[in-house]
Amino acid sequence: MKKVHVSTTINGTLKEFLCDTRETLLDALRDHMLLTGTKEGCGTGDCGSCSVIFDGDVICSCLTLAAEAEGRNIETIEGMAEGGELHVLQKKFLEHAALQCGICTPGILMASKALLKKNNNPSEEEARFWLAGNLCRCTGYDKIINAVLDAAREIREESDGV
Amino acid sequence: MKYEAPETIDQAIDIYSKFNGSKKILAGGTDVLVQLRTDIVRPEMVMNIKKINSLHEFCIVDGYWKIGAAVSASKITKNTAFISEWPGIAEGVGLIGSTQIQNRATLVGNLSNASPAADGIPALVAANAKVEIVGQQGSRVKDVYSLIEGPGKLHLSKDEFITHILIPLQRDRSADCYLRFIPRTEMDIAVVGCGVNLSVKNQSISSAKIVLGAVGPKVIFADEAAELVLNSRLDKDVILKLQRMCEEIATPISDKRGSIRFRRQVAGVLAKRALQKAYARALEVS
Ligand SMILES: Cc1cc2nc3c(=O)[nH]c(=O)nc-3n(C[C@H](O)[C@H](O)[C@H](O)COP(=O)(O)OP(=O)(O)OC[C@H]3O[C@@H](n4cnc5c(N)ncnc54)[C@H](O)[C@@H]3O)c2cc1C
Ligand code: FES
Ligand code: FES
Repeated sequence: MKKVHVSTTINGTLKEFLCDTRETLLDALRDHMLLTGTKEGCGTGDCGSCSVIFDGDVICSCLTLAAEAEGRNIETIEGMAEGGELHVLQKKFLEHAALQCGICTPGILMASKALLKKNNNPSEEEARFWLAGNLCRCTGYDKIINAVLDAAREIREESDGV
Repeated sequence: MKYEAPETIDQAIDIYSKFNGSKKILAGGTDVLVQLRTDIVRPEMVMNIKKINSLHEFCIVDGYWKIGAAVSASKITKNTAFISEWPGIAEGVGLIGSTQIQNRATLVGNLSNASPAADGIPALVAANAKVEIVGQQGSRVKDVYSLIEGPGKLHLSKDEFITHILIPLQRDRSADCYLRFIPRTEMDIAVVGCGVNLSVKNQSISSAKIVLGAVGPKVIFADEAAELVLNSRLDKDVILKLQRMCEEIATPISDKRGSIRFRRQVAGVLAKRALQKAYARALEVS
């Protein structure tokens, strides 16, 4: 079968790959780019474990064709920590023990990052609604929400120069 | 499977109409990708329409809100001018899936997928919305209700696809509302949906459209029920009759989400609540 050539920016670096037209962006990230931090839970848009940031918006990479990545800007969990320094959300997830098995965590971190970029002062309800498409089988969500709200607080304090 | 991503409408029409095999338009892909993965569809070609600039239009033209086929749900629910004019349509769109789904899903895709339970459709039909369709023969405009043939089916010929939704500007002293019932609080498929669009004059209802979703193969105009509320202020006896009437008009099926009896009852309750909410909104802008 004829492959499609795709060039796209992933975590700030221009990447190229060949893919089958039926492959999803999730397949391309995991199988071609070997970026296995992005997880596959359901493959049908329900669980959010495959969440990545696509041109600034959080989306399910399982519901996007790899070919659609042409010319786009994609952020994955691998680009979240900068130079070995964990992102504040990652630190807060550790602090609050907001993960157990961890399979949902990369997706939830990417979705939370997109939330805090749009709104660094979400209410608990806003955070819960924003993350309604990210399922977690282990934590019961409270710790996740606490970690996200705590990270938001720290981001606000930093930007206020406190 | 061939993948096409044209950048102009003319290229898209050319590619789509000349391709003779099985084919699918790819808008947000939130239905198409699931169908591809589960082998419900096996198209020989998909045509991504998101690279076509004009399909990202979202503006008022000649007395209509024009929403392009590539406009995502989250763009619609962020447009404050649109929401204040058509809160019900925005409510329906806002209910589609999660944050991730909202960033990709389109209203045209919701309509074109033509699920009986689609949340975007009832309020569009109640608003008397139309679609602009293009094909080899040029373009045409058709109203949303008559475009829908049945579950998953539209009255479109093989070479045609939708470019825009056209929603008339809301009339004075008028408002709409969409409500759905689901067993959970988020991320579920409507057991019943109801869109209402009405106008008031001297505090009484001067015109009303009531549209029921998920209780038939396609949306149902509850015209007899709408007639009942005309010239009323939704007094108790009127509401009671309306509820009974909507229970009768609904033609649901039984499935794991609800029995026929339950769905009929919910149709009555939702119609009541959607009317009351739209009525309160219309009084507010009067
Ligand atoms: C997790 C999840 C939750 C969901 N929740 C809801 C929900 O709560 N309520 C709801 O109503 N839906 C829901 N959906 C279904 C889906 O997201 C919506 O129907 C969405 O609006 C589809 O839009 P799209 O742009 O992604 O369509 P696509 O998947 O791109 O297309 C859908 C169909 O329409 C056709 N099509 C698309 N554009 C055109 C066009 N311009 N002309 C002609 N045909 C066209 C396609 O070929 C395809 O058959 C959910 C889906 C998922 C995965
Ligand atoms: S794997 Fe994509 S949403 Fe579950
Ligand atoms: S930590 Fe196991 S699924 Fe969330």
